[in-house]
Amino acid sequence: MSRGASPLSALGALVRTTAFKLSFAYLLVFALFAFVALGYVAWNAQRLLSDQFTSTIDAEINGLAEQYRMGGLRRLVNIVERRSRAPGASLYLVTTGTGEKIAGNVGALPSGVIDQPGQFETDYARTEDTDAPPSHALVRVYLLPGGFRLLVGRDMEESARLRDVIRRAFGYSLLFIGVLGCGGAWFITRRVLKRIDDMTETTRVIMAGDLSGRVKVAGTGDELDRLANNLNNMLERIDELMNGMREVSDNIAHDLKTPLTRMRNKADEALRLAKTPDELRVALEANIEESDNLIRIFNALLMIARLEAGNAREGLSDFDGAEAVRDVAELYEALAEDAGVPLDVQVQDDLPLHGSRELLGQAVANLLDNALKYGAPAEGETAQPITVTARRDGGDMEIIVADSGAGIPEAERSHVLERFVRLETARSRPGFGLGLSLAAAVARLHGGLLRLEDNAPGLRAVLVLPLRKMPDQPPVPALSA
Amino acid sequence: MAMRILIIEDDREAASYLVKAFREAGHVADHAADGLDGYAMAEAGDYDVLVVDRMLPKLDGLSLIRSLREQKIETPVLILSALGQVDDRVKGLRAGGDDYLPKPYAFSELLARVEVLSRRRAAAPSAEATVYRIADLELDRLSHRVTRSGQEIVLQPREFRLLEYLMKNANQVVTRTMLLEHVWDYHFDPQTNVIDVHVSRLRAKIDKGFDKPLIHTIRGAGYTVRVGQGEGEE
Repeated sequence: MSRGASPLSALGALVRTTAFKLSFAYLLVFALFAFVALGYVAWNAQRLLSDQFTSTIDAEINGLAEQYRMGGLRRLVNIVERRSRAPGASLYLVTTGTGEKIAGNVGALPSGVIDQPGQFETDYARTEDTDAPPSHALVRVYLLPGGFRLLVGRDMEESARLRDVIRRAFGYSLLFIGVLGCGGAWFITRRVLKRIDDMTETTRVIMAGDLSGRVKVAGTGDELDRLANNLNNMLERIDELMNGMREVSDNIAHDLKTPLTRMRNKADEALRLAKTPDELRVALEANIEESDNLIRIFNALLMIARLEAGNAREGLSDFDGAEAVRDVAELYEALAEDAGVPLDVQVQDDLPLHGSRELLGQAVANLLDNALKYGAPAEGETAQPITVTARRDGGDMEIIVADSGAGIPEAERSHVLERFVRLETARSRPGFGLGLSLAAAVARLHGGLLRLEDNAPGLRAVLVLPLRKMPDQPPVPALSA
Repeated sequence: MAMRILIIEDDREAASYLVKAFREAGHVADHAADGLDGYAMAEAGDYDVLVVDRMLPKLDGLSLIRSLREQKIETPVLILSALGQVDDRVKGLRAGGDDYLPKPYAFSELLARVEVLSRRRAAAPSAEATVYRIADLELDRLSHRVTRSGQEIVLQPREFRLLEYLMKNANQVVTRTMLLEHVWDYHFDPQTNVIDVHVSRLRAKIDKGFDKPLIHTIRGAGYTVRVGQGEGEE
């Protein structure tokens, strides 16, 4: 948390933390709750006590008044004196009509108290210890027939003690809640915030450029762990993408440098060696051809980039996949025949797709290009036909272009789908290593994939594309990278 | 036949290259550097073809074309675009463009397309003729019959469409890309010589056994159907 700053700013930092704010809020709520609960208990106990006092006093008054009625003043005084001597909280006083004390254990009373009948609280002093500070009592004054006054009361000491107990309990519970709250805050700060701070620290390292940093996972499986796991997965993916980008740009740099250098050298050579305008012309034409190739590479690269960015999605429409494949196959049929490799085309009817007929056509054309280029039989062997199959496979359309050439070793198959990757054996032939990448990107745009399989011998390239759901419910192509 | 061409392009270097190249090809070429100038010139001048860049200052290419069409100015427009995306072509054609060429392009491709556009305008009614004729070659678009010197020549449907397109644009150069577009309805760059093979098959059926070849290869550009030797004939 604190980064070794001054204690005051560390406190400020603590106050700003979520843990502190949360703890403080909970502390307040619990304190309020304790206050309400204890207050309710205290109020009830107090009321119960005073009810009890009242009824005791009433009973005694009634009893004493009865005695007075039966035995006169003498008897009342006797009983009062006897009871007054007994230890306890009960107070008794019998006075004349003018307030002269006849019997009882109450000494000083505020003036006028004894003159008003009824029940009230008052200060008083006991007769036996006049030095003691005046106490508080609940009393009832009763007018006896004959003008005498009878006061019966109850010292409130007990009630005050109860109040004290409750007040102390309240204090203790506040203290307890405070300690508990602070402890909780400390725990959260240490345990939870520490982990969040770890994450913050990791992201800072990553922002500084080191992508290898990973968030620590505590292994408790809680939400913070899930967050940490997701963050780590995200970082993994970003790392992968970054590496992919780096690889691609390295490849681009390399593969574009080669034809550029060749172009430059040819121009240089022509300038130095060409003697006639015709020779210069030939060199210039060769240069134009090379730059056309470069333009083609750039166009293919841009197209792949656009497809992968998902920008091409706007121009998609419904079309017949069977017809698209037939058209491209027909386009290549003549070329294949001339090359001595017949095309064997088998296309099922009714293969509705949603996407781009253009792009699908280009993808199939690329596969056919490849098959014609690399699928030629070895010297002296009879040419096996290249088969082009389009068929329904469950909810998907499968377009299979299979040749009987050298094929692609299994270990290389996923690799050749990347941009600019060409097998060593293919380096000597024309091409840029973008055809399969483009076909794969087209497949992904349609929510499908390009699979390379062994045709034993040869290569079987399978474009799997989800068919359009009938009636007119185009599948939403998922961009899976 | 010299054409009057207006090039609306904000990149001065590209524009001056185009003006020069069109003039060398025997045409009259003017240049406008932004959309508003271009619109004014297209409205005032009598041009055969407009070559319009999509991204222009002041008034973008598509809006310019739309405004011209609203003014009932039907000069053919070829759109040049650096975007070249799948739906770009569709957007451009929908705005009233007649052809579309993504940058970068070869000048021979642009020239061939511009010439076809201008000819189509000049010969609009006859282009819809039901029978195309050149020398002793005849193509009937309704009965799908092709004859040369009265002899019937049997063509595959695709071969028929190929010849039909070539004859519709007789005496003009059509590029391989144009053939792929109009005969196969695909707009990608044919990497290999797929088109050449189809043309040579057609040529075998049309020209074999006759003294005067009608289908000619124009080096570095494409093909043309015409009587007599073509320049740059191989």
